[in-house]
Amino acid sequence: MEKSEIKGFIAKRCAKELKNGDVVNLGIGLPTMIPAYLPEGVELIIHAELGIVGAGAPPKEGDANYDPYHVVDAGGSPASAAFGGGFIDSASNFGLIRGGHVDACFLGALEVDVEGNLANWIIPGKKMPGMGGAMDLCVGARQCIVCMEHTAKGNPKIFEHCRLPLTASHCVNKIITEMCVLEVTENGLVMTEINPEFTVEQVKAATAAPITVAENLKSMID
Amino acid sequence: MAKKPVLTAAEAAKMIPDGASIMCGGFLACGQARAIVKELVKLGTKDLTLIANDCGRAVGPKGEEFFGIAELVHNHQVKRLIATHVGMTPEVGQQSTEGTLIVNLLPQGTLAECIRADGAGLGGVLTPVGVDTLIEESPFCRGKRTIDGKEYLEMAPIHADFALLGAYKCDEAGNCWYKGTMRNFNVVMATAADTVIAECEYIVPVGEIEPENVHTYGMCVDYIVEGDRK
Repeated sequence: MEKSEIKGFIAKRCAKELKNGDVVNLGIGLPTMIPAYLPEGVELIIHAELGIVGAGAPPKEGDANYDPYHVVDAGGSPASAAFGGGFIDSASNFGLIRGGHVDACFLGALEVDVEGNLANWIIPGKKMPGMGGAMDLCVGARQCIVCMEHTAKGNPKIFEHCRLPLTASHCVNKIITEMCVLEVTENGLVMTEINPEFTVEQVKAATAAPITVAENLKSMID
Repeated sequence: MAKKPVLTAAEAAKMIPDGASIMCGGFLACGQARAIVKELVKLGTKDLTLIANDCGRAVGPKGEEFFGIAELVHNHQVKRLIATHVGMTPEVGQQSTEGTLIVNLLPQGTLAECIRADGAGLGGVLTPVGVDTLIEESPFCRGKRTIDGKEYLEMAPIHADFALLGAYKCDEAGNCWYKGTMRNFNVVMATAADTVIAECEYIVPVGEIEPENVHTYGMCVDYIVEGDRK
């Protein structure tokens, strides 16, 4: 797979997790590509932590709803409310998140492990971007799905135990990468789907944790 | 309804002494009292404690140099920052590493709720967010509780000397209306500081903001400032 195709491939597979009417929070980067791949008939309610319940497509300069000083997303880019969406304050908004009203959050990881622990907010002594809304989302969303490239510069990102400070423990339900789909179960990581471009051995070699292969292992491509 | 005093941004900034704690509404400076912040930069008010979601942006939507409270940090006027995300302002990480800036990071929902708790007269917040993380060691964490088998962190309420709100419209009685995503932390911060200053783009007559659309109530606002229009 070409490097340039990886993110789109992962986003496309993530889109299959969603059904019409789901309330979904999308992290910065790859997750924001997911709406482009939704099957026909699936419309999401996009939850944005800056304060939009039902966010619309990002407007461009010249669009009637382009307002970069008053309507932005969590990356500071111009945003919009969808037809039927609404604006909300931060305390109420995070009440919705912690209260289990968000069906799924999709976010990237620096590290994730067999117990569903996630690390993605700090590299001590090196980088301190902060957690933003990630800790609340990992704990509060009904499903927490990590979508990321399987390795970073050839090094594993999936471990038996995370080494970096955690964002949240026991929170990840599923990991979707360009190589495979892993479900986090009580018995560790179970590979349920594989990209036919890779072998099971290649996936295992790129993962620093034991993986069980599901009996009915499927292809990630239909 | 009693009118609230209207100040210039410079007059408002002069009210804030060295060493003050300031809650700054806004998310990446959307909904931030940017005119008052600019005046604080000019005054050079120092040793500030800032409580805000983030530090604004080093570059604004139209290429402005500094957008929001980032400038106060770059100007070394801040001694302590309580925030959730500082990835857009690497200067924060640098000053933290150099030991000139104390940074306390909190989860976004926890920051909002701890401010809300203070403004709502509550003694703290019990949240499952932050369990098994470095938040357990935060100066705002008072320990872990298990309730019905589930673990929670007890977090302290957060209060400040001043709150600077960034509204779109403010009527002469202090009622505020926020456009788009400006509401963010402003709504709770208006309730959790000794002195609340609402900066807005337009001061309007009482009644122009319909009662159904008042987001911050004038009773919470002490002073009004008309800032820049965008």
